[in-house]
Amino acid sequence: MSLTQTEMRQAGAIARPSRKQFAHPAKVARTRSLIVLGVLILWEMTTRLAGNSDLIAPPSSIVRALFADVLPDAEIRRAIALMLFEVVSAYALAIAGGLALGLGIGSTGLSRRSLFPIVLLLYAIPQVVLLPLFTLGFGIGPAAKIAFGFSHGVFPVLVNVVAGMRNVNPLYLKAAQSMGARRADIIRNLIFPHMVASFFAGLRLAMTMTLLGVILAELYVSTAGVGYFTKLFAENFDPAPLFALIGTLGLMAIGLNELVRGLERRFTRWKN
Amino acid sequence: MKETSSLPARAIQLAVLTIAMGAWFIVGRTGAISPLFVPPMDAVWRALASLVQTDLFWSAVRTTLATIGEAYSIAIVLGILTGYLLTRSRFLTQVLEPIVSGLFAIPITLFFPLFILLFGIGPASKVAYGAAYGFFPIALNTIAGLSGVDRGLLNAARSMGFSRLGTFRHVLFPAAFPVILMGLRIGFFICFASVLGGETISSVSGVGRNIALAAELMEPARMYAWIVVVIVTALILNTLVSGLENRMRGF
Repeated sequence: MSLTQTEMRQAGAIARPSRKQFAHPAKVARTRSLIVLGVLILWEMTTRLAGNSDLIAPPSSIVRALFADVLPDAEIRRAIALMLFEVVSAYALAIAGGLALGLGIGSTGLSRRSLFPIVLLLYAIPQVVLLPLFTLGFGIGPAAKIAFGFSHGVFPVLVNVVAGMRNVNPLYLKAAQSMGARRADIIRNLIFPHMVASFFAGLRLAMTMTLLGVILAELYVSTAGVGYFTKLFAENFDPAPLFALIGTLGLMAIGLNELVRGLERRFTRWKN
Repeated sequence: MKETSSLPARAIQLAVLTIAMGAWFIVGRTGAISPLFVPPMDAVWRALASLVQTDLFWSAVRTTLATIGEAYSIAIVLGILTGYLLTRSRFLTQVLEPIVSGLFAIPITLFFPLFILLFGIGPASKVAYGAAYGFFPIALNTIAGLSGVDRGLLNAARSMGFSRLGTFRHVLFPAAFPVILMGLRIGFFICFASVLGGETISSVSGVGRNIALAAELMEPARMYAWIVVVIVTALILNTLVSGLENRMRGF
């Protein structure tokens, strides 16, 4: 697999339409809120009038369950906090590991040509089938979830670091070398600044993947943590607190993603 | 930027592979790591050889393949249809595209318990879950592809008297095809992984379920055998799709 293909898959594989605005932004925002509001009202009405209350809960009762059942429950709060801890730990480990391995593999042409294809091969494996192996090896506690989150998050960082180290215009490299820059100078002043964009694209994808890994492991282990509660609510046909718990975790995921996006914007500003 | 592999690079790759295999062999022989976690290589091989002779193996593979096929078909139809409808006017695209991409920012896996609640523990919930995961990249890339088509081409087609269907078939779709194709490719692999994931987490049949079952029954050799099957399948599919994609790009 060629490097460009991987880069495409990493950075911009999900294409977005052009951001050029044609209609007035306020009008767009107003229409969008109206549509969302309409969907919510429709959801509320259909579930109240014709829905099966064992399966789908109306939005109003989800909000009520959030403040009556989910948030006041100390056990659920602890499970959510533990999951947040797992995501943050796995993410930190993935960044450290991906950066170290990426810098090692990308440092020379030979190591890149020989080891990078192996990394890409491993990356192509659907890791979810290894999930039972992780719980066999690390037990059902946070260790297995952190390890599984790490194994999902480390690849995007690694691949983007290696790809980013090649982003430097060869002409600059030649210029630096001919002006007598040492290897350390080149890495610090040339390779690092040019790697930033690709690195942060990797960090963004790594957050998505780490969240996926931790959530998968949490749901797989249904005897403790978040997985226990989702299973409990689902088996009791109690959809309102289930929706509320999932919604809370979803907001947490969006918050973490936005945090990483904000950092990316902050650190890649110099390029524009 | 195709990189040609040199002879030293190939030698290093071979060395890494040999060391990994050798380490597995030695660990399996000496039991340095619990055989529950890393079973000996020959035990895995024997488990694999006996596994492929059972009916259970083939019925599990059939279930999983059928689930992936159904999920992917639904994702393609709904994804391209949504993409088409949302690009009928620029205003519509501006209003609704952020909603679709915003929804995709939430990990769909979180909603997996809801899929089980709504569709039961059988293959239907995995079809719905896989389709939901595959839908987003296909829909988003279709939106991006179709809204990026040159207006001039469309006006030309219209003024030459093309019908709506004719415009879509001969102008819109071919022009947007490379971007849509990328969405189809990503959608397929996401679909593949999420169906297996759904089966592993909570299911009664299929390949993923058998991996989890082997782990629950403390039969690591059997679990490894299943994992080998999945990994080999994934790598073959990856190569096939890459080749197919390169060929279709030329058209």
